[in-house]
Amino acid sequence: MSLLSLNNVKTNIDQYAVLHDVSFEVAEGGVFVLLGRNGAGKTTTLRSIMGLWKPSPGSIAFRGQDITGLHTADIARLGIAYVPENMGIFGTLTVDENLVLATAKGKIDSTRLKWVHGLFPALEKFRDKQAWSLSGGQKQMLSVARAIIEPRELILIDEPTKGLAPSIVEAMGEAFREIAENSTILLVEQNFNFARKLGRDMAVIDDGKVVHAGTMAEFAANQELQDKLLGLSM
Amino acid sequence: MEQVSKTFEKLGGVNLLPIILGAVAFVLIGAPSSWVTLTVAGLAMGMMVFLMASGLSLVFGLMDVLNFGHSAFVSFGAFIAATVLGGLSGWLASDSIALNAAALVAAYSAAILFGLVAGWFFETVIIRPVYRDHLRQILITMGAMIVAEQTILAFWGGTPYSVPRPHFLEGSWIIGDVSIEIYRGFAFLLGLAAFIGLYVLLNRTRIGLLIRAGVEDREMVESLGFRVDRMFIGVFMLGSALAALGGAMWAGYETLITPALGAEMMIIVFIVVIIGGLGSIEGTLLGALLVGLMSNYLGFLAPKMALASNMILMVAILLWRPNGLRPAVK
Ligand SMILES: Nc1ncnc2c1ncn2[C@@H]1O[C@H](COP(=O)(O)OP(=O)(O)O)[C@@H](O)[C@H]1O
Ligand SMILES: [Mg+2]
Repeated sequence: MSLLSLNNVKTNIDQYAVLHDVSFEVAEGGVFVLLGRNGAGKTTTLRSIMGLWKPSPGSIAFRGQDITGLHTADIARLGIAYVPENMGIFGTLTVDENLVLATAKGKIDSTRLKWVHGLFPALEKFRDKQAWSLSGGQKQMLSVARAIIEPRELILIDEPTKGLAPSIVEAMGEAFREIAENSTILLVEQNFNFARKLGRDMAVIDDGKVVHAGTMAEFAANQELQDKLLGLSM
Repeated sequence: MEQVSKTFEKLGGVNLLPIILGAVAFVLIGAPSSWVTLTVAGLAMGMMVFLMASGLSLVFGLMDVLNFGHSAFVSFGAFIAATVLGGLSGWLASDSIALNAAALVAAYSAAILFGLVAGWFFETVIIRPVYRDHLRQILITMGAMIVAEQTILAFWGGTPYSVPRPHFLEGSWIIGDVSIEIYRGFAFLLGLAAFIGLYVLLNRTRIGLLIRAGVEDREMVESLGFRVDRMFIGVFMLGSALAALGGAMWAGYETLITPALGAEMMIIVFIVVIIGGLGSIEGTLLGALLVGLMSNYLGFLAPKMALASNMILMVAILLWRPNGLRPAVK
């Protein structure tokens, strides 16, 4: 049984059909990469999984349990974390407060915190700063840190490298590799060079439909397919 | 110019505004004893308006809900407290401070209780069906306000209703040639206590952390596993209770109230919330103090301007800071 499965998901935003037919399976462990051009429906797919948009028809199952109609908060409690495209940082709260908020009981496990600080040292240095004052890269780290401050089985991450300096992208990749040892990451990316090094399985979405699914190794080797599906935008 | 604005921020930024306003007024008014009287009146009014406005600000900040019916809680709070005080007039006239205080506590408790229950009802029955739909929110909450006003008219009549004050809050403290109405001092201190309580709740507790985060980004708080909608009803009830308490205190301040009180206060409350920055109680306090002081100073200096003063204040502040003085989101 796969960890997450989307079956013929159709999502409308207001009266516009944004996702027409999205189906794919995410196996447990490692990084699953969802690729696609700008406006293809990647963010909408992640928001549908989180219950922030409601698919109809179609269904989404997590560990075999249908989560389609659940409230976002209940979906999160099942063990799914979300790092949205805009990072969703609480700017007026401090870095530490952002992390505390992400725990179910309001207490951070100190071993876990040490691990997170090891991945993202800036978050330790600026722990008492209000989050709005962080740099773009640090905000992205905080958003990821919030998603892993307690163990979660599946972490949805939306375009984490957008606008970041190469050195930070590198560090982010390292962190993802380590996180994926104990969780599954569903990564949306435009930066193919970043994604190809991390991904094991992958799918391409275009105009609200899944147009390709397979292994990353296979896709990375097929230049023709990449040109056709991702075009010049990559 | 840049130097000036840097120094301004260092000294406390927008928090300085009430002090600057007070200083300017001191020069213009000339007579220190009048200035003290007006300042105390302004601070007392500011604190009561803060109570009325804080709930509205949080409700908008957290759920993006525009509640034009909020002032109904203020009017009902005022009339319920006035009725309880009228019924206990024997206690109020007594020389025993304990009996005086008991009557006041009974009146305020009745108003707060009403605010909690009516707030629960209002949120569940009227607001919940129109989440995320501003036009229908405006229509239905305005409708609710009209119903509330007519209900008050039916129960209490349209003639001014007089509000007895407890004996121990009558009169003034005289210090030299300065006289301070005791009731105003009391209203200021009670409002201050409520602000501190609210501040501690929002800044020192877990539920407060969740509320502040929810004001910034509700979807993200939900994505972290928290039911913001369930928190919201609590916030709504608290805001309604504070508004009712504000109304109850306002009734004793005015001593004569009419059913039009809600609509009058609504304009002031909206101005305060907009000036302060939606969703932030520090901003709401700042806005409320500015409005309270401005009304009292101008009422003395240029009585004809007093009505327009709040509008002028709002326009000036929005031109300078379009999101209000202390917006909750950065
Ligand atoms: N809130 C919205 N309202 C209307 N249309 C939207 C909204 N969000 C996204 N869309 C549309 O849905 C399509 C897919 O968007 P999105 O999922 O954000 O794409 P991607 O993340 O792949 O770039 C786009 O055409 C976009 O214009
Ligand atoms: Mg996107």
